[in-house]
Amino acid sequence: MTTVDYRLSQLDALEAEGIHIIREAAAECERPALLFSGGKDSCVLLHLAVKAFWPAKVPFPVLHVDTGHNFPEVIEFRDMLVDKLGVRLEVASVQDAVDDGRVVERPGQSRNRLQTQVLLDAIVEHGFDALFGGARRDEEKARAKERVFSFRDEFGQWEPKAQRPELWSLYNTRVQPGEHMRVFPLSNWTELDIWDYVAREHIELPSIYFAHQRTVFERDGMLLFDHEVTARRPDEAAYQATVRYRTVGDMSCTGAVESTAGTVEDVIAEVATSRITERGATRADDKFSEAAMEDRKREGYF
Amino acid sequence: MDLLRFATAGSVDDGKSTMIGRLLFDSKAIFEDQLDAVERASRTRGTEYTDLALLTDGLRAEREQGITIDVAYRYFATPRRKFIIADTPGHVQYTRNMVTGASTANLGVVLVDARNGLTEQSRRHAFLLNLLRVPHVLLAVNKMDLVGYAEDVYERIREEFQIFAQRLNVADLTVIPISALKGDNVVERSAEMSWYDGPTLLGHLENIHVASDRNLIDVRFPVQYVIRPKSNQYHDFRGYAGTLAGGVMKVGDEVMVLPSGFTSTITGIDTYDGPVQEAFPEKAVVVRLADDIDISRGDMICRPHNSPRVTQDLDAMVCWMGERGTLRKGGRYVLKHTTRTVRAIVRDLHYRLDINTLHRDEAADALTLNEIGRITLRTTQPLFADDYGRNRTTGGFILIDEATNQTVAAGMLDLDKT
Repeated sequence: MTTVDYRLSQLDALEAEGIHIIREAAAECERPALLFSGGKDSCVLLHLAVKAFWPAKVPFPVLHVDTGHNFPEVIEFRDMLVDKLGVRLEVASVQDAVDDGRVVERPGQSRNRLQTQVLLDAIVEHGFDALFGGARRDEEKARAKERVFSFRDEFGQWEPKAQRPELWSLYNTRVQPGEHMRVFPLSNWTELDIWDYVAREHIELPSIYFAHQRTVFERDGMLLFDHEVTARRPDEAAYQATVRYRTVGDMSCTGAVESTAGTVEDVIAEVATSRITERGATRADDKFSEAAMEDRKREGYF
Repeated sequence: MDLLRFATAGSVDDGKSTMIGRLLFDSKAIFEDQLDAVERASRTRGTEYTDLALLTDGLRAEREQGITIDVAYRYFATPRRKFIIADTPGHVQYTRNMVTGASTANLGVVLVDARNGLTEQSRRHAFLLNLLRVPHVLLAVNKMDLVGYAEDVYERIREEFQIFAQRLNVADLTVIPISALKGDNVVERSAEMSWYDGPTLLGHLENIHVASDRNLIDVRFPVQYVIRPKSNQYHDFRGYAGTLAGGVMKVGDEVMVLPSGFTSTITGIDTYDGPVQEAFPEKAVVVRLADDIDISRGDMICRPHNSPRVTQDLDAMVCWMGERGTLRKGGRYVLKHTTRTVRAIVRDLHYRLDINTLHRDEAADALTLNEIGRITLRTTQPLFADDYGRNRTTGGFILIDEATNQTVAAGMLDLDKT
């Protein structure tokens, strides 16, 4: 008699959970969309969506909130990927919103905060009632307490004290018109899980995740790209360095780390020994206050 | 490497946050910037030492009020296992949060202060773990350093807990003496308690056998989504996507589909990575059948001679979670069970259970927030259900208030008595 191993590895368990969540939202919500930034988490998310419906195509569009200050490598990658997968891409543009006066840009400040209004406008315009996001609970303290199906009221706000209890794998997906759900299939993944899965599944990522030469300068302890949008001051010296990015965000507020990790395997080795979280290392937007992320989430941020 | 989900319960004073902080810290799951943030916050508030509890108190409201509001999920890994902690606070809303955290847990940690022994609260925690059928229970006798690492203190608590646990369905109970603050028997073995020869807390979490906790006997496949590509390459493809809730399905197996009762044969089990010969619980797959039967979301695929109960009358234990309103006889709700959503009416409230004394109050006419009781429900459509003790997925359900869309109750089916 042969004995079959019916145990699930942790990556298989996380993958199965993610697929279950995606199918559940697609089955119960009228107009879902997948928030896609080109970052590794959204690449894994899209990969799970492809797996969830195979051999059919992903039955919902991807939505990119384009700040206009994205890394060009990431935009190129985004267009290549949606083309290859045959999914529909919707772009919500911060530049358009600035141009027609829906949001006001403050000089010298990142466009990160402006994304919230642009996203909420896009939700109304398209009538989306569920948005998949790649957020993980290990990223940040406020996220550790957020549900997999996270309810947003008609203003797009998150109310941490009024969250619906979430038991077993039973998700309450019900919303009234104008309200919507944020759905986080990667809630239980850690940064290392993401990288292990990227390696196992051979998931393609934008090139900026891997070591490359770039002209950078230091500001507030971060290495920023020397580019028009970062507006380097004369007292900030630019220099060539071998760097990579741990997260993909707006060029104006996403810092690089010095690294020679050129392959997924190199990155895994680096992440496994890192003593600083990815957001702590490279995101200026989370550092304003102890509750920066919580405040932005309440307003309707990802 | 596999995954272990565990829930922790205990009040602020039992040292739960310190224990979790110790596990995260000693397993190197805490990063320097997180520790910096905690040290900065500790200084701001004038605390003398680095308060590891601040790592788990995530929200501003919690930090301002010094309490924990909700279930928080934490992650760490050792070379042997990945762990997901459902960290539930011990204060007023404990029942709702603990029931939530325990619903997905393989193991529950009940923490007691060695100086106080078993309290009403620790009995309540053990009872809730049992109600949710968490298969493994670990009693951590904490603060052993404050009782001089005395064996007789530990033995007394262990004995008392084992006597209490007789009244519960605890199949696997382990008792470990620890000091979370000093690190004794959490990750490292204690030099102070040579009389204890059992595993450390982490050692136990790493080695406990959980693969048998699933039901591999009764095939239960709730249909979640019907896949019809309608493409040239897959013109006639029709597959049923879902997550296996029980049993092992094999290609060639004869199956029955509920509610129709039609039988067919499995012709393929597909995944994006290619076809497989078998599927087992928690796998998300796509099943193809030999016959063209009308099957939609909410249907259940099982074996012809091993089917779940098909019923509209259900007996269940429920925990009321609604902030407002109460559960009363005659109440109407939306009920979600596996992939099936129906309407339900409360036919009867038999009793309210006092979770401290296990006394049944049969005079009760309502359940309010955090109360547990036994009810009979009638549904508009049949459910395909099992006893919760036999299968947590096909035995658990939630009730939703149709007016507010809030999840107001969690239920565990008890079909043996229906």
